[in-house]
Amino acid sequence: MEKLKYALFTGCTAKESTPEQMMSTLAVANKLGIELVELTEASCCGASHLQDYDDFLSLVLNARNIAYAEMHGLTMVTICNTCQLNTAMTKHRLDHNAELKAKVNAKLSEVGLEYKGTSQITHFLYAIIDDFGLDKIKEMVVKPLSQFNIAPFYGCHNIRPSELQNETHKGHENPYKPTSLDDLIIACGGASVDYEEKNKCCGFHAELQAPRTAAILTGNAVAGAMDANADWMVTPCPLCHLKLDTQTHHASVAIGREVSLPVLHMQQMVGLALGCSAEELGLKHHVTKVDFI
Amino acid sequence: MDAIKTQQVTFKVFRFNEETDYLPYYNTYTLDVTHEEVVLDILNRIKWDHDGTLSYRRSCRHGICGVCSIKANGKGILACKTRLFDLVETFGSEIILEPLSTKRAIKDLIIDKKDFWDKHAQVQPYLVSDIEEHPALEHLVSPHDAEKLLEADYCIQCGACHYSCPALAINDEFIGPAAFAAAYRFSADVRDEASLERLHIVNEEAQGVWDCVKCMECAEVCPKEVNPIEKITKLHNMVFEANIAKNNVATRHAVGFAHSIEKHGLLDEGELVRYSEGNIGVLKYVPVALKMFAKGKIVLPWNMPKADKLDEIKKLIKSSSTVKF
Repeated sequence: MEKLKYALFTGCTAKESTPEQMMSTLAVANKLGIELVELTEASCCGASHLQDYDDFLSLVLNARNIAYAEMHGLTMVTICNTCQLNTAMTKHRLDHNAELKAKVNAKLSEVGLEYKGTSQITHFLYAIIDDFGLDKIKEMVVKPLSQFNIAPFYGCHNIRPSELQNETHKGHENPYKPTSLDDLIIACGGASVDYEEKNKCCGFHAELQAPRTAAILTGNAVAGAMDANADWMVTPCPLCHLKLDTQTHHASVAIGREVSLPVLHMQQMVGLALGCSAEELGLKHHVTKVDFI
Repeated sequence: MDAIKTQQVTFKVFRFNEETDYLPYYNTYTLDVTHEEVVLDILNRIKWDHDGTLSYRRSCRHGICGVCSIKANGKGILACKTRLFDLVETFGSEIILEPLSTKRAIKDLIIDKKDFWDKHAQVQPYLVSDIEEHPALEHLVSPHDAEKLLEADYCIQCGACHYSCPALAINDEFIGPAAFAAAYRFSADVRDEASLERLHIVNEEAQGVWDCVKCMECAEVCPKEVNPIEKITKLHNMVFEANIAKNNVATRHAVGFAHSIEKHGLLDEGELVRYSEGNIGVLKYVPVALKMFAKGKIVLPWNMPKADKLDEIKKLIKSSSTVKF
């Protein structure tokens, strides 16, 4: 197989509050022989909030990010669910509306750029499952996670709306019964845990505006995983990770029950199974201690 | 002619009678279903062949009256529009049929939708317009203006989004996706004169659009593809455009992204929280911030990373911004 190569859109948290996510992405890509060209020019995607303030500005900035991936002639790979949604949504809207695309391009031309619509956009989770292949990952596992019950937490913006998401996923994830992360857990040798909240919201996007709502959603998610006997949780989204890893105190108070589980980024889980060290995967950066390694 | 395909499916059906039961229970029926059958056919067969006391709402059988909405394995559906084989493909051969909201069940799959209609009433879901009683000409809406509704008028008030919304499940004050879509539908109508009033209603904290958690479930579950979250975003935009956005944590949180991107290209996470909450409000985050700092999760202001070609981003923000706050 030809070596896989993608344009990496890191998003903001990988550079700030989830350094371990950046470290583990690079470690896993290295193990799998995937080449990632970082889009260092990329701006923040607006995280589903900028478009509430200024939708057009959000479109222009996201189109600019995609234009840089297009200049490399590569598929853009995201490592954050919300970056994935905002970027894929921008692409969808521009590719289906010539008038809007022309308006956005008129702005981009002021800085010598053009959005063409030639690059696909996919989350790293689907890149390694669809393009690299689960079977091949399975063959490369050197430290199977066989003693662990692992609770997958999918994160809204990778699975909904499915009509948009399945434009790029080959796997055709059903948001009411997603399977990609479960399959990846099994490929890494672990047991995947089924629980009601695995495809539900973590509350991240309402944390400041509606703290009680956000805390209860986080609490419910961790409680659901605990009640299903999970040893730890895993998520492809750094924003879910921030909620589940750093906010369990508020969540516990909000739901009236002490909840806490170690939460790994999807890349850290794969990295462990592939034999990466705890240092390489940045496990020391977690607020909820990863105590099983 | 194609042969009729059949498959054995087990149905666990939610049963509850508000007048006689303390707790709900589930009855199990195992039936051979054909590839042509929809969920409503199954409910009819259970009622007609097995248990005449099973209660559910049904009317048009054409996906337009919106009364037969229930949940199948947690997914909001119209019973008359959802093929059994599609459900089996997703969930396997055990299908759990429940009311849209188990806590609002009156009898079996029938719920009390009062909260749903109350939320609708709150946003004036009708055209407010001073029209002459005997107009000389028809009041025509051009196709271009009709498109502005973004098909929000397709809503059949089935409640699938309302009873799937996680924000609403926690916060009773929240107006919710169906009523927001209705608020948009009438506010976007060129004939309407109450747009500003509605925008004030959806702009309130706790009840308004700001409490949306952006899970996208309303877009996913809607059987008529109304896409309520798209309308919620539009309402946010209209609040800013109408210049009635209050200076509060929710609005500053949205605006803060533009400031941050202009300065760094990237989001300055710490500054976003400080700007949104204010210098005093931000103090409540100190305990979590200290824990995060100890784990190397906080970038100090002088180490804040910047996007390459920041001049390009600054230029685009200057030339592409469409609103002011």
